[in-house]
Parts: sequence; C-alpha cells; structure tokens
Amino acid sequence: MTNFSADWSRRKFLRGALATGALVVPGTGLLAGCATSGGGQDQAEGEKSGTNPLAVPTDQPLEVYIFNGGFGDKYATAIHEPMYTKAYPKATINHKAEVDIAGALQSRFVGGNPPDFVNDSGDGQIPLGQLVSDKQLYDLTDLFNAPSWDDPNKKVSDTLVPGAIEQGTFGDKPYVMHMALTIFGLWYNKTLFDDKGWTLPTTWAEMTDLCKDIKAAGIAPWTYQGIHARYMNWPLLTMAAKLGGPDVLKAIDNLEEGAWGHEAVKESANALAGLRKSGYILEGTEGMDHIQSQKAWCDGQAAFIPSGSWLESEQKDVTPEGFEFGFLAEPLLSDKSEMDKTTLRASPGEPYIVPAQAKNPRGGLEYMRIMLSKEGAKGFTKEVSSLTVVQGAADGVKLPPGLTSAQKALGDAGDNVINWMYPTWYGKMENPGVNAHTGDLMAGRKTVDEWVAGCEAEAKKVRDDDTITKYTR
Amino acid sequence: MAQQHTVRRRASKPGPALQHGKNRFIVAFLAVPVAIYGLFTVSPYVQAIFISLTDWTGLTADQEFVGFDNYVKLFGDEQFIIALKNNAILLLVVPAITLVLGLFFASMLTVGRRGKSGIEGVRGSSVYKIVYFFPQVLSVAIVGVLFKYVFAPTASGGILNGLLGAIGLDSLAKPWLGDPNFAFWCVVLVMIWSFVGFYVVLFSSAMQSIPKEIYEAALLDGAGRFTTFRQITLPLVWDTVQVGWVYLAIQAMDAFALVHIMLGISGGPSRAGDVLGVALYRSAFNDYRFGYASALGVVLLILTLIVSGLFLRVARRERVELS
Repeated sequence: MTNFSADWSRRKFLRGALATGALVVPGTGLLAGCATSGGGQDQAEGEKSGTNPLAVPTDQPLEVYIFNGGFGDKYATAIHEPMYTKAYPKATINHKAEVDIAGALQSRFVGGNPPDFVNDSGDGQIPLGQLVSDKQLYDLTDLFNAPSWDDPNKKVSDTLVPGAIEQGTFGDKPYVMHMALTIFGLWYNKTLFDDKGWTLPTTWAEMTDLCKDIKAAGIAPWTYQGIHARYMNWPLLTMAAKLGGPDVLKAIDNLEEGAWGHEAVKESANALAGLRKSGYILEGTEGMDHIQSQKAWCDGQAAFIPSGSWLESEQKDVTPEGFEFGFLAEPLLSDKSEMDKTTLRASPGEPYIVPAQAKNPRGGLEYMRIMLSKEGAKGFTKEVSSLTVVQGAADGVKLPPGLTSAQKALGDAGDNVINWMYPTWYGKMENPGVNAHTGDLMAGRKTVDEWVAGCEAEAKKVRDDDTITKYTR
Repeated sequence: MAQQHTVRRRASKPGPALQHGKNRFIVAFLAVPVAIYGLFTVSPYVQAIFISLTDWTGLTADQEFVGFDNYVKLFGDEQFIIALKNNAILLLVVPAITLVLGLFFASMLTVGRRGKSGIEGVRGSSVYKIVYFFPQVLSVAIVGVLFKYVFAPTASGGILNGLLGAIGLDSLAKPWLGDPNFAFWCVVLVMIWSFVGFYVVLFSSAMQSIPKEIYEAALLDGAGRFTTFRQITLPLVWDTVQVGWVYLAIQAMDAFALVHIMLGISGGPSRAGDVLGVALYRSAFNDYRFGYASALGVVLLILTLIVSGLFLRVARRERVELS
C-alpha cells in the first residue's frame, strides 16, 4: 500500500508530469538546436604564386572524404594524397573513407561545417543538382582555368576530353569535377562469340538475325537489369541519337514538349520492345535486379547485356574462368542514320566536389588539380581499372580485356561521342520516373505510345515544378 | 471489508514528515527521464510538424515557410494515393489473416486434441511452438533478402518457381517480384508469414491460462470443437486478441523494410507496390525534399493514431472474468 495513494491519484500525477514536460520541451529546442539550424566557418586562403596558382593555404589541413565503393579508397591514399603532402609538406591530410556519403555528411552541410573535398558517389550520393541549387558547392572555374600540373602553359581545361567540364556544369558555372570516363554500350561474351563464329552486328537488322541464331543455340539473346530498367534507356537513347542526330537528346535534356515522342526515339523504343515480342529476352528478366541479371549473363544464359565500362570490375567475383568481356557500340537502326555507326555514349562519371562552406576550399581545388595531372590520372586508371577524363593518361597502362575493347571503341568513335544530362540535372525524373516506364515497356505492359506518354508526363512534372532549378544546354 | 477500509484511510493520511517534500521527491526522479523523452521523442515530432510547413531540402541551414503547400501537393501526387491504397490493404489484410491463423494454430497447439487426459494440444505441439517462432528470431532484413530469392525468376534460381516446376505446375511460374499484379501480394504474404509465429505463441500462452475444467464441462455438454472455440476459447483470450490487433495494425502500417528490400526504393514494377514508409524515405533521402517528406510523416502519424483508436474501439467488448 503506497503512501501517496490519497491525494496523489494517477491522474493528478500525470497532470504534474505533463506540466513538467511542457516546461522541458521548449527548453530542449534551445539546448539541442533544431535539425534545421546551422552556421558557417572561416575560410583560409594562401598567397597566389607561380608555383601555387590556386592560392592554397600551405599550412592548413585538408579533410578528404572518399566514397568507399567499387573504386575503394586506395587510389586516394596511395597516389593523390601523397602528391598533395609532397607539394605542401606543412599541410596534413585528414582522410576519411565512407560508404554512405549522405549519412555522414548531410548534417555537416546543414551545420555549415562540411569537409574540404568530397567524392559524392554511391547509393548515398547527395544529388548534385540539389546541392547546386542549395548553393552548397564551390565554383570550380578557377580550377579549370588554372595552369595544369604538368605543363604551366596549358590550362587544366585543355588537358581534358571534350564534355568533361560540361558534365559538371550547372547553368554557366562548373561545380563538379568528374574523374572517370565511362563508356556505355552492349557487352557480350567474346569467348562464346569466337567459339560459335558469330559476327558482331552493326545494324539492327543484323542484330535481329543474330538473335535468331543465338536463340537457336539455346541461349537467350538479351537480358537487362530487370527492375532497374533504366539500363535499357541507355541503348534506347543512344540508338535514337544515332538515327535522329544528337539534337534528339538535347531536346530531352531541355525538357522540350514532345521530345520523347520524336520519331527516332519511338523507333528505337519499338526495336528494343520488339526483342521481347520475339522472345529474345531471357525469361523472367523483368523480375531480376542488376546482380541477378548480370550473373545470369556471366553464366552464359544470355548473350548481350547493356551496361557501362564498370561492368568488368563489378562482375569480377562471379565471372567464370575463360569468360572474356567484349564491348560493342549499339547498332544502327537504319542505313539512313544521322550519325556514324561507331557513335557511342561516353560520360564523365565519379563526381568530386568542394563544398562552398569548406574551411579550405582552395586546398580542395588543388587536390582536384593533382588528380587531373598525368601522374594522378594514370595512377587512378591503374588502381581502379577505369579510364579517366584526362587525355592520353591511359596510354601505356595495361588494362583488362573488356576495358581495352571499350577503349578501342571509344578511339574508333573519335568525335562521335554523345551524352545526355537529364539524369544528372533531374535525378527524380530518371529514377523512379522514366525507369518505371521503361520497365513497363520492356516487360510488355506498355506499348511504345504509352511509354512515350509516360516519359512525357515525367518531363512535364519537372517542367511544371517551380521548386526545381532548370538547366539547358 | 470494514477493516480494509480503515487501513486504507489510515494510509491515505500519512504524517506531515512523509507528506513533506513529496513533490520534490517525485520531480527529482522524473525530471531526467521526462527531459530525455521530451528531447528525443516529443521535440522531433514538433520539429517534423514545423518542417512539414517549409520547403526545407535537408541540405541547407535556412528554409522558407510555405504553409500547407506540401500537404496540397501530397494529395495531388498519384504515387501517394497508390501508397495510401497499399497501406490500407496491409491494414485490413495482414492483421485479419494473421489473427485468424494465429488463433487457429494456437488453439490447435493448446486445446486441439481430445486425448485420454482430457483436452490437450495436438501431437508434437511443443516442437511446432518453437518452429512457429523461428521467423520472429530472424531480422526483417534477412527475411526480405531470403524471400527475394524465394520469389526470384527461374533463371536466377527462384525457389518458388523451382517448386512449382517440380510438381509439374511450370505454367504457374512467374517473375513474381517483377509483375505488378503479384509483387505487392508477395510482400503481404511474407509479412503474414513473419508475424504469425509471434501471435501463435502469444495466444497459446493466453489459452494455457484458461482452466481445463471449463473445457471438460463443455465436452460433457457435447460441445463441438468449433463451438468450444467460439464460446469458450475466443471470449477468454479476447483481451490478448485486442492487444494483438492494435499492435498488428501499427506493424502493418510500416512495411518499410520488406518493401524496400523486396521491391526496391521506387515501389517495385510499375511502382505499384509503394507504401507510405518507402515514399517518405524516398522523398527525404533520394529527392532531398525534407519538407514534403515531413508532411508525409505527419500524415502517417495521424493515420496511425486514428487507426489505433478505431481498432481499440471496435475491439472493445465486455470483459469476461475467469473467477
């Protein structure tokens, strides 16, 4: 029997507790600060000179965040960071490797104390377009105008492949440095093709003929990344641009009305959707994810799969012995095509940024200049088996066979290189937007016209939303 | 009775020494937990309501007040309606089937057999009880990944399709998670599978506390199994069922982890398997529209409160005293 039972009824007691809570709650706001509050920090700058064109504060520490994913972080710790400390012995590097970039850094962006250099990549990527429109990124114009690391008479921008800076440009300023150069196309098992004596198609008619032979040999001619059907957008839009010219893509990027309904886009969609109608797609593909479908392809269940040049290293653990990766540019839909058959999509990838509120942004720029040096880029290619945006940096580096064949295709293409921007500018429009419609198209749940209507609706959503910053090219 | 009364009265008037400092004593013990509760539970709710009225992206220190814009947008978003519909399905189907299965299995395990020594569980019931509990021990992430492989297409070694093939039902094999007509129902099935075990154990223990004499009396009166269940077992475990009902409803409102793992962040094929939890996560951590996501969260909170209130009210029933 408790002594409080008389005038301390449960109700009274709760009332008291609530009153206490009411007093405490407003106080906590002051104590903890709200999730949305933040400040800023002082930015250091050094003296500009011939050897220090970016005015790096030579004695300030540099905090580097590397996405620890497919590329790992060894390329930073073994190559670029030693180069930085060698140039600025008084500076220390605070290196962090992180799998979930957003998880680690979102609150630091809000709090106004982000690191100096970030590899904003992976599943936890903070969307670049969003960071730009929130004014969280440092303008990289000075970097690209600075003299290059290797040759003071040549600007950094002149050492890069065409399109490298454009990929990171939002509006009229570059905000993102892309290091890797990804080549997109179709992949096949070269060993199998050599064995069967199949010749690679350069036109869609040849492709469908070959598919017939492949199917007769008991192999599914195609598979794709199933629920991530946007992988199929890549051959779709590439073939459309080869047929109708690069302006087809420009219209899509600029959110022009009817851009997705262009005849070339429709014809390309029709060709790819036809693969399923003819039974040329591995059964059940639409229910797989990228891991399952790429594994099925590596196991020899399907002959072709669309992907980027990272595929070979992504599949390293599940590639059977004797499997050689071969790369093929998408075939031409018609002999009356606007672009050459060698045309392919190459896209600067793997984004690096300097936050606008970083303590040492000039150091971040200098770190980028180091990465874009011959030595830095060559080391990157060797370490992660990827090409870079630095011209000629992969010369003389021994690459795995799949990447070699992709590099050769890029060389054959010469200036016939295309790319599109809307997934970078408007991430949501690509995924889940267009991704879902292409999934429906490839699974036979939508006709080409319904698919066009769906994609047009996604573009309209972005166009009509005033809160989204628009870009054009 | 009279004696008890005097005791209570005496106790209700403690001496001045005991009364003194009572408030201070209680406040001293409660201040810290209440402060922690306020800081980590109440204040985020309040902040979420505030954020839902702004256009905060989640990446800046400042945000603009936009009133109810986010809520207006929310109800004009067809994907939100799809998610809402799926949550409604979860809310009705999952608790109903789980409770029916749970009650059925529990009554089988505790009062299912009329053996020599009266009413007892079916043979091997102690083993079943443990087996039923297995899914509860697995983390939901493991369950999700596991069933992704069960429902995988044949070419990726899907277990379900393999089984169908083994018994000659190849024609029924499908890429289950790639078909908008089935993907969401696969998740529903997995949810029920993973929930049932717990409720079997919960209801079994409630049924074990029912005196066996009641059953024996019913047996003598010639009551059948179903009558016994309906007239004796169910009323006597109703309290537990009611708790389970509310708890299940709240669990079913979530479904975030399973949908995210089995169908992906976009809500599966044709985006038809979306649920509110996933839509919220996507708005916040993929699109960086924290204002919009908070509005979704506030709607979800209100819905959960309404649902628990409704379920409690519907399930309210005269309590049966055992003695």
